[in-house]
Parts: sequence; C-alpha cells; structure tokens
Amino acid sequence: MRVASEMAIESAESRPAKDQLARVLLGFRLRDTAFRLLALASAWGVLILLGGVIVSLIAGSMPAIKAFGLSFLWTEAWNPVTEQFGAVAPLYGTAMTSLIAMVIAVPSALGIAIFLTELCPYRLRRPVGIAIELLAGIPSIIYGIWGLFVFAPFLQQHIEPPLIAAFANVPVLSSLFSGPPYGIGVLTAGIILAIMVLPIITSISRDVFATVPSILKEAAYGVGCTTWEVVRFIVIPYTRAGLIGAVMLGLGRALGETMAVTFVIGNAHKAGLSLLAPATSISATIANEFTEAVGGLHTSALIELGLILFVITFIIIAFARLLLVRLVRQEGR
Amino acid sequence: MSLYGRRRRRAQLYFGLCYLSVAIGLGWLALILGTLIFEGSRNLSASIFTQMTPPPGSGGGLLNAVAGSAIMTTLGMAIGTPLGLLAGTYLAEYGQHSKLSSVIRFINDILLSAPSIVVGLFIYEVIVVRMGHFSAIAGAAALAVIVIPIVVRTTEDMLLLVPGSLREAASALGLPRVTIIRKIAYRAARAGLITGALLAVARISGETAPLLFTVLNNQFFSINLNGPMASLPAVIFQFALSPYKEWQQLAWTGALIITAAVLALSIAARALHGKGQPR
Repeated sequence: MRVASEMAIESAESRPAKDQLARVLLGFRLRDTAFRLLALASAWGVLILLGGVIVSLIAGSMPAIKAFGLSFLWTEAWNPVTEQFGAVAPLYGTAMTSLIAMVIAVPSALGIAIFLTELCPYRLRRPVGIAIELLAGIPSIIYGIWGLFVFAPFLQQHIEPPLIAAFANVPVLSSLFSGPPYGIGVLTAGIILAIMVLPIITSISRDVFATVPSILKEAAYGVGCTTWEVVRFIVIPYTRAGLIGAVMLGLGRALGETMAVTFVIGNAHKAGLSLLAPATSISATIANEFTEAVGGLHTSALIELGLILFVITFIIIAFARLLLVRLVRQEGR
Repeated sequence: MSLYGRRRRRAQLYFGLCYLSVAIGLGWLALILGTLIFEGSRNLSASIFTQMTPPPGSGGGLLNAVAGSAIMTTLGMAIGTPLGLLAGTYLAEYGQHSKLSSVIRFINDILLSAPSIVVGLFIYEVIVVRMGHFSAIAGAAALAVIVIPIVVRTTEDMLLLVPGSLREAASALGLPRVTIIRKIAYRAARAGLITGALLAVARISGETAPLLFTVLNNQFFSINLNGPMASLPAVIFQFALSPYKEWQQLAWTGALIITAAVLALSIAARALHGKGQPR
C-alpha cells in the first residue's frame, strides 16, 4: 500500500493536490494505527482480566491464608462464630457430586454422540443435536428449582427408601446409602449435575467423532467389522485425546456449577460418607454464605474457597483445551 | 455362525444402550420444559409484568425483576461486546499467528469455561469493596466479564471464515486496513457476529451466581444504577427457597419467563447462523 501511495504522490501534478493527497494518506495511516492499537489493547484486556481475577482472589483470601495456612485444606470445622474455617466439607462435596455426575454423564454422552454420528438417520441429526444442546442452554437456576421442587421429592419418595432397604446389609454400600431419605443431598446434586454436563460432553464428542477419516471406517467395514466394532476399535481409539478433553471440560463445568447445586445439596457443613445426606460444595457455600458473612475472616475464607475452585478448574480446563486445541482449530469453531 | 451371531448381539446390546441414553436425554429435556410450562403458566397473567414483587402472603408480579434483568443485561452487553469484538478482531486480523495471540486464545478459552461464581467474587473484590456497597453497575460489570470471552471467540471464528480474497481485493483498491475490517470483514461476517451476541445475551440473562454478591437484590422497583437492583434470577433464587407458597409460585413463573427468553434467543441464533454461513 505504501508503494502505491508514493507512486500516487509522484504522479500528482500540482502542489496543492499533492498536499491534499498526503493529508488523506496520513489520515488513513492515523486511523489505521489508532484502530490497531485499540484492538491490541482489547486483546491485552483479556489477559489483564485473567490476571485481575487471580490477583484479586489471592488478595481477598490473604487474611484467611495467614490465619489458617495450609491447614485450611484439611480442617473440617466451619464455624463463623468461633471463626474456625476449613475446606474439607466443601471440597468433599464438590468432589463427590462431580464424581457422581461424571459416572452418569460420560457413558450417556458417549452413547448420544455415537447415536448422532453413526446411527441416526441423516434427517434427524440436526434436530436431535439441537435438542441436546438446548439442555445446555437452560440456565442453571432452572435446574435448581426443578431439582428442588420436582426431582428431590421424587427421589425421596420413590428411589431413596428402596435404595436404603436394598443395601442395608451390604458392607460398603450400606454406609453410602444410609440415613433417612431427605431427597436433597449429594446424590441428587450429582444427578442434576450429570444432566447439566451431558450436553457439553455430547456436543464435543460428536465434533471429535466427526474428525475420524471415513477411509479408516470404510477399511474396517471392508474387513467385516460390525458397526459397533468400528466404533469400539476405530472411532474411539482414534479420538481418544479429544474424548478426554471433552470429559475434562465437562468436569470443569461440574466442579464450578453453582446455582443448581446450591438448591439441591442441602447446605450442611459435613463430609459424611452417605450419599443421601445433605452436604455442601465450594460453590454452594460461597453462594449461600457470602452476603451474610459478617466477619472479615469469614468473607476471606469464602474467597479462599473461590480461589481453590478457580485453581482446580483452571488446571482441568487448561488440560482439556490443550488436548482439544488441535481438533477445535481444525473445525474452525 | 455362532461367532457372527454373538458379534451381532453385542452390537445390538451397545446400540440399544445408545438409543436408551438418547431417550433419557430427550426425555429429561421434555420433563423439565413440561414442568416449567405447567407450573409457570399457572399464574402467568398481565399482572406479572405490571406489578412489583410482593411481600410474603400477597399477590404481585415481577416487574422490578424483569426490568432489572433487562437493564443489567443491556449494560453488560454494552460494556462487553465492543471489548470482545475488538479483541476478537485483533486475533483474527492483526495477530493471527503471533505468540501473543495464541496465549490470548488459550486464556480466553479458559475464561469461557471458568466458573461464573468466581467472576462474582472478582467483581466483588474489585468494584463492590471499592465502592462500599452493592450496585447494578457491579452486576453489569460481572455480566460483561462473562460476555467478553464469548464474543471474542465468535468474532475470531467468524472473521476467519471471511475469504482472504475479499480483503485482498479491497486492499488493492488502496483502502486502509481499518476500512477493510469495518466495511468489508465485519459486513461479510455480520450474521455470525450477531449470532455470537445473541448467544452471549442468552448466556448472561440466566446467570445468577455472579449477581448474588454484586447487585444483591431489591424488593422494590429501582433504576438507580448505583444501588442494589432486582433481577429475575436473584428473585427466583430468593423466592424458590422461601417457605411461602405465593413466592414459590412466582419463582416458577420467573423461571418460565427466563427459560422461554433464553431458548428463543438460542434458537434464533442457530437459525441465523444456519442461514448466514454454509456449514
């Protein structure tokens, strides 16, 4: 462009015309630079945002870190009155609910993704895919209110009593399914989370499955594989990295999910073995107590919980993205 | 023959499980939407949109909550969209292959899936503590933080779909880069950019966690950006967990309104995307 403009200046005959052209070109260049700098600044803004999140969380949790040190991580007590705070109960709740969610969601999501890529008639693919993605679009508070008013009472009346009765005499399971059926609790939260992460894992696995070269599949069919064997021995091994990424991304979502869990987990600061007992999770503790925290130490302990949550999800999401980055870029989405 | 039969039965078994999981997924969607419509439409009437949230024990509407949500969503979009658009433009047009861009892309992807409650804590530390009180501005800022990564991502992806030959043609005419981007690239990617914005609106209009300790909530109608403001998700949260029947009923109605709005937005975005871009 510079070459063209210099030629334009040389070819311009009269002095005033030359000046005018130079001014226009200068204006172009100024606006160009201004816009580029603006875009660059905004791009840096994204980095600053992340930096800001980390710095502010660390700053906010400093009083709690100073007061409890590392013992915060293995103290179970959570008592705003005596200002004793420990992260065991929320950490345990977050881990347990996410574990339950993944155990339920991963196989179902893979099943749906296999259906969408291998079994579904072409005409139904888009509608079914969109319907599953709509599940992801429903705000989490809706899952919460539905879980609290519809799902928890259902579990309490029809699922939990038989579970308790059935496993009463089985050694390990009896302690997992013990206590009165409250309806709300770890199990309920886990199942609700499973529905919420299902569409994420499904849609990424579907995209990942779509990257398998058809020549591989055709070769497998050519040597006489059944459709299931093609899926099991060609599609899944070929896409393993992407699938792990999808699962990790779903896990990241499950760990940080707030509102739905807050409604159905029961908010009890206990780390008991029973899946039917009320418990709490990191996000539910923050959502419930933050506005009511009076002492500076209480607020700070809650922010430290947030920091722990952020660090854990950061690592998991980063790992997932690293696994997915090649495939995702390939897809251009 | 028996080997073949076994393999076929195994395939049928596993695919049966696949069909089952599809049925469960779709069934669950139907179940949730069905309950929402059933419970939410029970006292859906014009008064929902003309009256304030009531004290316990009396009838009322959700006017202040709907208005508050609309204001904060608009404000959040107004702050977040330009920033996200510019950052996405940088990634796609200026620094496509630079090291900075790949770092920003990575960070942006992380922000995209970061738990929203952490965003709330961040804004609490940065704005609420400084200002000394809860405010709608802080809520809008929290929503903007959620909007930015979504818009960055879609902007970059959509601009990359614009054929380079269009830019080269414009460049050959002697247009400056800024004009090429604004008049050619943005225009060619317009459907995609609008899709991204719609998805962002859909995402933030249901967000609750970041609002809880940035705007708090407000029992009354308020358009004062400097004070607490009601919002639909916060009202649902408060009312659903209350012991009062009327409040719980209103929570269902609010839930129906939000879900209808969010699903309408995401379906519109999808329709637009399908039309604008050959996929």
